[in-house]
Amino acid sequence: MKEFQRYLLDRIAAANSHTLAVYRQQGGYKAIEKVLKTPLKPEDVITVMKDSGLRGRGGAGFPTGMKWSFMPDVAKDPRPRYLAVNADESEPGTCKDRVLMERDPHGLVEGCLIACYAMRAKAAYIYVRGEYRLSYDRLQAAIDEARAAGLVGKNILGTDFSCDIWMHKGAGAYICGEETGLMESLEGKRGHPRPKPPFPAGSGLWKSPTTVNNVETIFNAPFIVERGAEWFKSMGVPKSTGNFLCGISGHVNKPGVYELPFGLTARQILDEVAGGIWKGRKLKAFFPGGSSTGLMPASAIDVVMDHDSVKAAGSMFGTAAMIFLDETASIPQVMDVTLRFYDHESCGQCSQCREGTQWLHQMFHRIARGKGKREDIDLLVSLANGMAPGKTICALADAAAIPTLAAVKHFRAEFEQCVELGRDPLAPTHAPAPELQGAH
Amino acid sequence: MALSPKLVREFDELVTHYPEKRAGLIPALHRCQEENGGWLSPETIEDLSAYFGLEPVEVFGVASFYPMFRLAPRGKHLVSVCHNISCTLRGAEELLAHVCKVTGASVGGTSADGKFTVVRVECQGACANAPMFDLDGVYHEDLDDKKAEHILRSVK
Ligand SMILES: Cc1cc2nc3c(=O)[nH]c(=O)nc-3n(C[C@H](O)[C@H](O)[C@H](O)COP(=O)(O)O)c2cc1C
Ligand code: SF4
Ligand code: FES
Repeated sequence: MKEFQRYLLDRIAAANSHTLAVYRQQGGYKAIEKVLKTPLKPEDVITVMKDSGLRGRGGAGFPTGMKWSFMPDVAKDPRPRYLAVNADESEPGTCKDRVLMERDPHGLVEGCLIACYAMRAKAAYIYVRGEYRLSYDRLQAAIDEARAAGLVGKNILGTDFSCDIWMHKGAGAYICGEETGLMESLEGKRGHPRPKPPFPAGSGLWKSPTTVNNVETIFNAPFIVERGAEWFKSMGVPKSTGNFLCGISGHVNKPGVYELPFGLTARQILDEVAGGIWKGRKLKAFFPGGSSTGLMPASAIDVVMDHDSVKAAGSMFGTAAMIFLDETASIPQVMDVTLRFYDHESCGQCSQCREGTQWLHQMFHRIARGKGKREDIDLLVSLANGMAPGKTICALADAAAIPTLAAVKHFRAEFEQCVELGRDPLAPTHAPAPELQGAH
Repeated sequence: MALSPKLVREFDELVTHYPEKRAGLIPALHRCQEENGGWLSPETIEDLSAYFGLEPVEVFGVASFYPMFRLAPRGKHLVSVCHNISCTLRGAEELLAHVCKVTGASVGGTSADGKFTVVRVECQGACANAPMFDLDGVYHEDLDDKKAEHILRSVK
């Protein structure tokens, strides 16, 4: 693996990296100063973001500068506008935003200031999943410090730019990571996603123009503003620029959260970053970007890790949460656990999703227990095809259907074997998975 | 019963963060749960509805949607064991069985001495340090049976 430049996790090596003093020592709040004192116009900031090629790190890889430019023209639309930072981080395998929030919270605060300035937003709300107590506390402390230093609130750095940043705590529902579910939840309601259109930029929080961005996306903004679009584009590949945080979990020797450039192969990441598959075993399969991205077989290990290459190989880059499975893993068991999650988290508004996730889960569960029928395997496929793509209010149904289709496509023989033998030869013998509980 | 003056003061400040008062509801439910032994009683739900000017069923409907809100009393300590995929791959089911053995609680239940409630939870964002559990709001990661047992036995 070639040497590469790092920036995302540079600062966290310092002791007390979460404090204002240390953030400043490491050059923090220079980007917002540059924006306000140069001064750059909000449109100029959006242009830099567009030119950088930054794509959202929340799962879909949407170009960030373009998203920001969807906010309506202030001259024609006087409504207050908002930034909502998506810190719900609940996609299984994903554990990267937490590192930034716990260890470098001022980086996110500065990112919020830049994003709010560019979009002329009145305030940013950081929606953190309720379980992330340390992230919440560190961010709140960082906001308090920044406010006391004149960096948050009225007339920031003595200019006429004012911006508030508020923390907001979620309460354990995955669906509140979906951007419209997040907005409903922030408004104090159940996290039921809203049909689109209208899109958040037209009507979001409290019916006002709103942009929702992932933590890591916003965290990139100060670097881009300070060092320039050309610098950012010098890293990665032409259509996936900069570095990304890669959360590696499962059957590897060195699980962890690593900063990596786009363009490495999954094999390089597994062998040279994650230390290879544990216990001297062989790779069987991997999720490239969280449990909602299609499982890839070991034969796909040379896929290049960037948004477009993973897509071309039939899966998704997602949140870059790579989950590796060794040769002893049972795919029916893995899918039982995976679908149990989507079944549990479906908000229940759309029947395809409410019923579909439940059926898929039950079928994987019975196949994993040796109680499946031969026709179940084709039924899994037709059910999944009936749920996605784009057939429901939000993409949770897709998140359940996509891994289902991929698992059957690549591992059909294993499912058939479980059905024929009446048991799963790879089932763990030590602690059995729980019995099915009543759904919803 | 009514909300304590301390909570009322906190909530009066909290709702200024938002253009609409109701947005403070979920953070307020969290605070009430923290102050009331880790669960939300019907009285608390009523107090909060009065504060937010909502019907109790509406507040109940919100509280019951979110897994972190508990609508029944629990043991003194809450152990939430992650059973999602990255943790399962590294022994979450074995860990859970051991947690039950050490605490004397069954999954979803409370130990006879009222000390521990043990529950299964979905991915907690600690996947690279699996398996893990959350004990009273604090993460314990890279667990094995021995480490887990030590942590649980040191709880007062
Ligand atoms: C079911 C579901 C759950 C999601 N969960 C998250 C999440 O936890 N964090 C996140 O940033 N994005 C999540 N997303 C994606 C968001 O809807 C949204 O696309 C993202 O926050 C946009 O940020 P970005 O443009 O900066 O990537 C989820 C999407 C779906 C459909
Ligand atoms: S797709 Fe599923 S989670 Fe999304 S709105 Fe419909 S029922 Fe709810
Ligand atoms: S799977 Fe257990 S913390 Fe993510």
